[in-house]
Amino acid sequence: MSFRRVVVIGAGAIGSLCAGHLASQAEVWLLVRRSEQADLLNAEGLRITGKSELVAEVRAVTAASDLPDVDLCIVATKANHVDRAVAPMRGHSPTAVFMTIQNGLGTEEVVRRYGTWRIASAVTFMSGTRIDDRHVEYELDTATWMGPYRPSGIDLDTVTAIGDLFEAAGLRAEVLADLRPAQWSKLIFNSAVNGVASLTDLPHVSLFARRDRDTDLGHLVYELMAEGKAVAAAAGIELWEDPWEMNVEAVSRGQTHDDEYAHVPSMLADVRAGRQTEVDFITGALVREADRLGVPVPLNRALWRMVKARDRSYDEEVTT
Amino acid sequence: MKIGVIGCGAVGSLFAAHLAALDDVEVWAYDVWAEHVDAINTNGLRLTGVGEVLSYPRATNDPAELPALDFGVVATKGMYTRPAIEATAHAFADAAVCSVQNGVGNEEVIAEYVPRVIRGTTFPAGKVIAPGVVQWDTAGKTWIGPFEPKPASMSEVRTLADVLTRSGMETEALEDARGAQWTKLIFNAASNALCSLTGLPHGRAALHPDVRWVMDRVIEEGKAVAAALGIEMEKDPATLLQESIEPALDHAPSMLQDVRSRRRTEIDQLNGGIVRFGEEVGVETPLNRTAWALIRGLEASWELEET
Repeated sequence: MSFRRVVVIGAGAIGSLCAGHLASQAEVWLLVRRSEQADLLNAEGLRITGKSELVAEVRAVTAASDLPDVDLCIVATKANHVDRAVAPMRGHSPTAVFMTIQNGLGTEEVVRRYGTWRIASAVTFMSGTRIDDRHVEYELDTATWMGPYRPSGIDLDTVTAIGDLFEAAGLRAEVLADLRPAQWSKLIFNSAVNGVASLTDLPHVSLFARRDRDTDLGHLVYELMAEGKAVAAAAGIELWEDPWEMNVEAVSRGQTHDDEYAHVPSMLADVRAGRQTEVDFITGALVREADRLGVPVPLNRALWRMVKARDRSYDEEVTT
Repeated sequence: MKIGVIGCGAVGSLFAAHLAALDDVEVWAYDVWAEHVDAINTNGLRLTGVGEVLSYPRATNDPAELPALDFGVVATKGMYTRPAIEATAHAFADAAVCSVQNGVGNEEVIAEYVPRVIRGTTFPAGKVIAPGVVQWDTAGKTWIGPFEPKPASMSEVRTLADVLTRSGMETEALEDARGAQWTKLIFNAASNALCSLTGLPHGRAALHPDVRWVMDRVIEEGKAVAAALGIEMEKDPATLLQESIEPALDHAPSMLQDVRSRRRTEIDQLNGGIVRFGEEVGVETPLNRTAWALIRGLEASWELEET
């Protein structure tokens, strides 16, 4: 099958990277929230620098009713905005394929509330930084992993076609018959790393993997991940990659505290900016699965609750 | 009677100022902050707030100036206990030295340097608002008792309690002061760590259901460790927490003040202390350990930004 017309919902870093690249292969529409951003994108195009250098022609709108029928809809908002962003798509493009690309778990179910579309699940390891409303710096050109969300009746060939489209557009894609092992590896990794970063204000530095002394942060990260792995095991999921090894590898790629560059996990960026975090879809999702399966996760539960409180603390500081 | 107050911050100043107002007590205040020491020697030490006190302890930042003393009151932050007592130990060669610091573990350090040690827990609090001037925010009791395995005698403990009470710092002498110490320790571990991690003041943190869930677990773990140590609580820290919500609704506990000013915290003596004693008696303390690691991580984030 071919995707001649694509809409990307949400023009943050990941949505923009998808839209900017796919524009070479399809007619790309963007559904965004703010009209200033839509106007700017329509007037000047979408600019990507870094790993790719391009300016793409896109059609940006702020209302789903202004979209034509599309073949593919990539939902690229933050996890906590998916509900609000997809609700207006109800009844739209009934034969389209939707692909969710959020951190954490559970956004496929949110999409399903609004239509009978076939749904692909994706987790992405690429990253970028939003410079302004029409410009994204493409930093890590790592792959996006995608697989069929079976309850929606999608088949693997359809997902393969999306993967081919990504590859043709210059993005990296890996198509998996079962995405859950990869999704859970990233979930467990993100739950620990994003949560600890949000509470300590630390970027993802080598301390996250250090376990020499009793108080070294690596012990906590390890224990958090051990809880997550127990939940995955109870869910019958064989992890794609060991989250602890992902952590050790990530901090040993020259991103130690001696270096200028250390990755600021998205949840820490949200906390610093006073924005609502995705913790309910990451650590919260892990805790909900643990409860469903009867696996004790006291540390992840505490982490979830503390990060939620940290969101709220900004409200307090504003009002007092 | 000669008494040395070691560490003359807010709490040390409350003790030094009250004691120095007594005619029969010679008070020496030792602190490393030169401006504070000079101000005390020039203008006296002034307390304002809950009560107004102006008195004239002898202040110094030179340990060699300290004469032989009968009693010591150590009031430094926990991470400075060792350097402070190491520098001043010569003055306490035949003295009983009492810790009135936060948390646990300070008496053990003091006992390495002086012959007789008193365990103490104090509730009065305040803050230094200018050299020589301390705002006294909270009144409250102090509990003291012999510290095993290097105890002061009960008669020494009573002598110190009497002179403190006479000075206006109500103090109770107990055969076993661990109950009071652990009550405050567990209360502080819950409040200080969670306020510091969430940025919320004391009462608002305790009212936030998510934060309260974690606080309650920190308290439960602390009580389990205390029970295994055979300590009988002075009061249930959970009750103390509940009762403190309204009066301390917008109070920033000392650790949150430290975090806001990017000063090293007393986490090692609070949640870290619960973890260490838990290990000794084989009681698991996962959430205290989590709080300990997160606060140490937070401290590390400040160093990161300096480099």
